[in-house]
Amino acid sequence: MNAFDPHAREPIISLRGLRRFYGEGAARVHALDGVDLDILPGEFTAIMGASGSGKSTCMNIIGCLDRPTAGTYSFSGVDVSTLDNDRRALLRRNSLGFVFQGFNLLPRTTALENVELPLVYRGMSRGEREHRAAAALKAVGLEGREGHTPSELSGGQQQRVAIARAIVTDPLVLLADEPTGNLDSARSHELMRLVTDLNRERGITIIMVTHEEDIAAYAGRKVIFADGKIRSDVKVAA
Amino acid sequence: MIWESVKLALRTIRRNVLRSILTLLGIVIGVAAVVALVTIGEGAQSRMTSELSKLGSNMLIARPGAPTPGPPTGSDARSFTERDVDALRNGLSGVRAMAASSTKGAKVVYGTASQDTQVTGTEPSFFETQDWSFTAGGTFSDSDARSGTAVCVIGATLVRELFQGEDPMGRVIRVNSMPCEVTGTLAPKGQSAFGSDQDNTVVMPLRTFQRRIAGSTRIATINVSGLNAAVLPAIQADMTDILRETRRVNPGEEDDFTVRDMTQIAAAMSSTTTVMTGLLGAVAAVSLLVGGIGIMNIMLVSVAERTREIGIRLAIGARASQVLLQFLVEAVVLCIIGGLLGLALGYAIAGGGALLLGIPFRFNATMAAVAVVFSGVIGVVFGFFPARSAARLDPIEALRHE
Repeated sequence: MNAFDPHAREPIISLRGLRRFYGEGAARVHALDGVDLDILPGEFTAIMGASGSGKSTCMNIIGCLDRPTAGTYSFSGVDVSTLDNDRRALLRRNSLGFVFQGFNLLPRTTALENVELPLVYRGMSRGEREHRAAAALKAVGLEGREGHTPSELSGGQQQRVAIARAIVTDPLVLLADEPTGNLDSARSHELMRLVTDLNRERGITIIMVTHEEDIAAYAGRKVIFADGKIRSDVKVAA
Repeated sequence: MIWESVKLALRTIRRNVLRSILTLLGIVIGVAAVVALVTIGEGAQSRMTSELSKLGSNMLIARPGAPTPGPPTGSDARSFTERDVDALRNGLSGVRAMAASSTKGAKVVYGTASQDTQVTGTEPSFFETQDWSFTAGGTFSDSDARSGTAVCVIGATLVRELFQGEDPMGRVIRVNSMPCEVTGTLAPKGQSAFGSDQDNTVVMPLRTFQRRIAGSTRIATINVSGLNAAVLPAIQADMTDILRETRRVNPGEEDDFTVRDMTQIAAAMSSTTTVMTGLLGAVAAVSLLVGGIGIMNIMLVSVAERTREIGIRLAIGARASQVLLQFLVEAVVLCIIGGLLGLALGYAIAGGGALLLGIPFRFNATMAAVAVVFSGVIGVVFGFFPARSAARLDPIEALRHE
């Protein structure tokens, strides 16, 4: 499935001269200081780096949650750095999926309802929503847990619900911000096998921030940030 | 999308039942106060109107004494005479019925039972001017009136107190010391607008009254009932002119009598109740405003508490306008629940109050609808600011929020 020639495809994400500054004058912080990065469709990229290296800022910009101060960001050939808030919300809704370190599920809300949430904002009918959400939960191996609330699920199960919520819209790109940060080693590797399957079987492009080398090893490409720049960009044979 | 928001709002409210109820209290009390006050006010007004209509419809009442504010008083001013009455009888047009009368307190006795009562001497048409019907018998005849026969008509209270189930028709009662045959009994009228029992009464021919009870030919009241409401002002003006002439009131001098239109008195009294109801309603509306501020406060707290949730919703593709809508709907749903509870409470209070005060209970559907809609409007007005602050959250900051 993953046997493609990188040079034959247009990048789905393309960052050029990306800069992001916070504050003014002497107090100005250069979170990103000239980043060029191309991500090809179907790639599984791990982003690493110390805290403050700019990797989270970069993820926020790729996730259309933040805007660059300078430089361009093209998604599928469209410059999204200048889009207004509503259009960026549409892009997040239709093309991106998010998985966070802290799961970020709605408390006291069942797994099924959590997974349905992105579809609610698409205005989908209740029946179709439930059907698709149940299918997504089945895909992450949580069949039979639809009615459980987050507090009734283990950490690993909660993160699976979060993944189901991210993939229920069939996104082009899945953005995972330290998805295993709150999980023990065994659960982490289970989760990574699921993520790898999504990449291989569904062809979802995955960008994952992580601290752990053994987690990053699941990815086919490792990008390391330092001081707001990319220090190394290595393709690993998957 | 709206329906989803309503369901979500209901779920959020259910999760914080106690807090939601406390938040709603301001709205509940405000709406309940307005609804109770307006309902009781309307009931009181309709009772007053019906009481006043018992005095007779389209009725003008002439009494001796210069016009004074307040209820009519039978003063010691120069009373009316037969001449005045005859002049009116000949000079007025558009009159349905007319009756001169005088009243005096007396003691009535039948067998061993006795009762203090009001005795009225009047003309046969008296009952017609008052729209007063009979349960038995009827008014006295013209010949009785002319000759001053000792006959009388008694009110429902006297029938009950003196006869205690016995048929009073044809019996002879004693009014003070005068024996008097009962020729009719009156339908009950209840209390007057001024609190006296209108059924505790004996009515007899004017001449009989003048000779045997009062011992004078004074006439205290002239009732004139017009054919319809439209002719009343003309009759009132004619009565004034005629009475000034027969009583020789010089031009430029003040009337020494008063002609009152009972419908005018009714209108004046009901406008007083309307003003009172309006004032109390305005006070209650202030509590609605305070309730609205309570809603705004709790919605701001809710936005702060749910910052992370808002961040999640924004990250998975909610537009700012959708978040705004969600919080706005929540405030509106909260307020409408408050409005409905207030409506129920208000009508419960009004129902109890109506029972206690003995006034009719009127369900006013328009007001109920207005109260609920107005509650919703409060939700929109006071929910907008918190909802907007939710919609303006930065998703990154919101997601980091613990």
